[in-house]
Amino acid sequence: MVVRVTVNGRAEVLDLDARTTLLAALRDQLRLTGTKEGCDRGECGACTVLLDGRPALACLVLAAATDGRAVTTIEGLAGAGGALHPVQQAFVDHDALQCGFCTPGQIMSAVACIEAGKASTDASIREWMSGNLCRCAAYPQIRAAIAAAADRR
Amino acid sequence: MTAFTRRDFLKVAAVGGGLVLTISLPGCKPKAGSAPAAGPIDPSVFVRINPDNSIVITVAKSEMGQGVRTSLAMLVAEELDADWNQVRVEQASFDPKYGEMGTGGSSSVLSNWKPMREAGAALRSLLVAAAAKEWGVDPKDCQTENSFVTHAVSGRRIHFGAVAEKAAALPLPKTVVLKPKADWKLLGKDRVSIISADVIHGKAVYGLDVKVPGMLYAAIERTPTFGGRVKSVDSAKALAVPGVKQVVEIPALADGINIHAGVAVVATNTWAALQGRRLLVVDWDQGPRAAESTESYQEFMTAAVARTGDETVNKQGDPDGILAKATQVFSQTFETPFLSHATMEPMNCTASVTGDQVEVWSPTQFPDWGAQALAAALKTDIKNVRVHVTLMGGGFGRRINPDFTVEAALLSQRIKQPVKVVWTREDDLTHDFYRPCSTHRIEASLGADGLPEAWRHRISTPSIDVFYGPKPAPGWGPNESDGSANMSYRIPNRSCEYTLLESGVPRGWWRAVSTTHGMFAVESMIDEIAEAAGKDPYEYRLGLIDKVWWQQPADSKTFPFNPERLKGVLQTAAAKAGWGRQLPPGHGRGISCGFDHLGYAAEVFEVSVIAGRLRIHRVVVAADSGPVLNPNGARSQLEGGVIQGLSAAIKERITITGGAVTQRNFDTYSMLRINEAPAVIEVYFVETDTHPTGFGEPAVPPVAAGLANAIYRATGTRVRTLPLGLRMA
Repeated sequence: MVVRVTVNGRAEVLDLDARTTLLAALRDQLRLTGTKEGCDRGECGACTVLLDGRPALACLVLAAATDGRAVTTIEGLAGAGGALHPVQQAFVDHDALQCGFCTPGQIMSAVACIEAGKASTDASIREWMSGNLCRCAAYPQIRAAIAAAADRR
Repeated sequence: MTAFTRRDFLKVAAVGGGLVLTISLPGCKPKAGSAPAAGPIDPSVFVRINPDNSIVITVAKSEMGQGVRTSLAMLVAEELDADWNQVRVEQASFDPKYGEMGTGGSSSVLSNWKPMREAGAALRSLLVAAAAKEWGVDPKDCQTENSFVTHAVSGRRIHFGAVAEKAAALPLPKTVVLKPKADWKLLGKDRVSIISADVIHGKAVYGLDVKVPGMLYAAIERTPTFGGRVKSVDSAKALAVPGVKQVVEIPALADGINIHAGVAVVATNTWAALQGRRLLVVDWDQGPRAAESTESYQEFMTAAVARTGDETVNKQGDPDGILAKATQVFSQTFETPFLSHATMEPMNCTASVTGDQVEVWSPTQFPDWGAQALAAALKTDIKNVRVHVTLMGGGFGRRINPDFTVEAALLSQRIKQPVKVVWTREDDLTHDFYRPCSTHRIEASLGADGLPEAWRHRISTPSIDVFYGPKPAPGWGPNESDGSANMSYRIPNRSCEYTLLESGVPRGWWRAVSTTHGMFAVESMIDEIAEAAGKDPYEYRLGLIDKVWWQQPADSKTFPFNPERLKGVLQTAAAKAGWGRQLPPGHGRGISCGFDHLGYAAEVFEVSVIAGRLRIHRVVVAADSGPVLNPNGARSQLEGGVIQGLSAAIKERITITGGAVTQRNFDTYSMLRINEAPAVIEVYFVETDTHPTGFGEPAVPPVAAGLANAIYRATGTRVRTLPLGLRMA
């Protein structure tokens, strides 16, 4: 089937099997490999993207369901000319990553956390971010980075 | 002046208007003609200064989140006086000239501390000499700073890139002076991870992101039971899936590599491969291990520690005689489960085999073991094997093993095309090399002074070593009893005994390895007997640390155990935590300390358990692995180590049912999440002025006992079986 979806501001036409997940479409068809696959069942959050501005787990969303909608991945987060999104900058400044594999998902969830107004307290950040596993456990730095990015807004 | 000992292993040459310096690490003989010739840049050089002033440092250790690309590059850049903003890192592909490329055991800083600083210092001296020659001044009057050579008297300055080519023509210095710590500009200061610039844009390439021309994708259905075999396969439905090209049987391969028997579905994309795999109908011969279970292991280990062990790891004094006569013997059993590494990036590897030529792109911690295993399994010379090391989404020891690398190459050889083998989370959790399960029994008696007089420690595990080629027994005990046999308290009559549990479950090296269970038993037991003696558990420990009290296994000759360092971290942790200060009702504080992978760590946990729900309010960590190169990175390793240790202690458990792993995904193999992690982790460095070692592992082993001791103080209940299974508040 054919799916028309805007990915990082670019109109894409995808021809795929109706059962293909958004995650597979992004990684395999569009070669946007910044979105990671950690569990393929919504447990780890590594595949978090923004779908019409709201966080979505790309492994649980069918690509077909994104027809006519807008997807933002980690590759599309920086502004024109490569200006870092405040959350990206905060993740660098706070060294909020170790192996970096879960980081794109963490950053996308963090962007949504701030957008949703849930980054005002440490408790609400921890609650919002609990869907994103980090086996290296950069949790203290991730919390600090999100709080700092939220402050900067 | 520090004598420059490896002059013979250094080579320097001009390349493309810049300069390259190669250095061979100890234990690795330079090959004839290994100096890079002008022309194409040798990808294996350690340091390259380009005419555009960029400095490229090759790192021959694998980056898996421990920050090795950052810390090793800092060693060179410090001595070179490089502008850190112009430093880039390249990952070395496998080449014997690098010597040990294997990344594990908290050893990367340990082994690179001297050679990488020497390389930087030698290069700096060449650049100074070249600039001085050009200016007609004495090199002694020149300085370096931020990638410039300067001459203060005349005010002249020139960028490294502009003198690099001339420097390459000069002879290498006979000696170099390494900076004293007081002169460090980069080292000892916080640096963020050098990989972050790529990571935050999603541009960092992990194994799973590799794409090579003409590549196919494969998913493999592996035997659910360890040691199982394929009896027959019906692949008709799988082959009918659009995109599926082939179904290929993978025979089991032991030989220390341990590839499971399986059936690979090869397709033009991952999704089709996974669809096809679901439609396979495989009839399995379950093999000889299908009756094994967590219960059967438990039964064996419980019986094993109730009798004299098959192997005596050490025995000093007369523990048996004293225990037999003691009026009171304190005796406890401690149990820990199998653990999975559960790296966020599941195993995977891309391989291309053409004739006798083998090329792989692998997220591997040990490209050298990988290359040897590839050569052996594919029956080719190691000279025909190329191993490219990708970034890896966590390692923790899992990626030491070459199984996933060799498996992909064998498949590529069979289908005569490049292929990426993708493991699902279920594959990864059910076919790991697990941290062994263990049962420990410690019996102890106290003297009239309340101090321990005798200590008999019996351990049973399925050994890691025996899984990779049996040694003649006895011989498995020393490694399995790390943290147990060599526990450092002053106990004159002591013994450690070991009994092997036969098991078909693959075992491997999980962050900090055997100390993760040994120290749980030892640090829990010492807490119990301190209480029995009516002593404070911190003071009790401190009073028992004074020298090396164990004779076997032999202590390291190069880095012997230093009791003052263990006391140092213990005192620091206790002081910073406010040990002895009153806590709110329902709260408890627990302490633990130990020595692991040449590093010393002590930890204090403050917890509460209210209505059955555990909350970790505060963790204080004091660590001594010598001078800290990158405090940011070291702190991350200690915090990450504590949280991973807590995750294992509270939640993680692999169980075996019918010879197979029960857990399938993160819903049943649950790990600590950000909302459950401690609210506060404070890290304090005790920087003994010595050769630096690693921070990746030493913080992990004290965690479980420290937590259990804190829970006891909060609740009055001792936890002796892991995981706790408590719910988090």
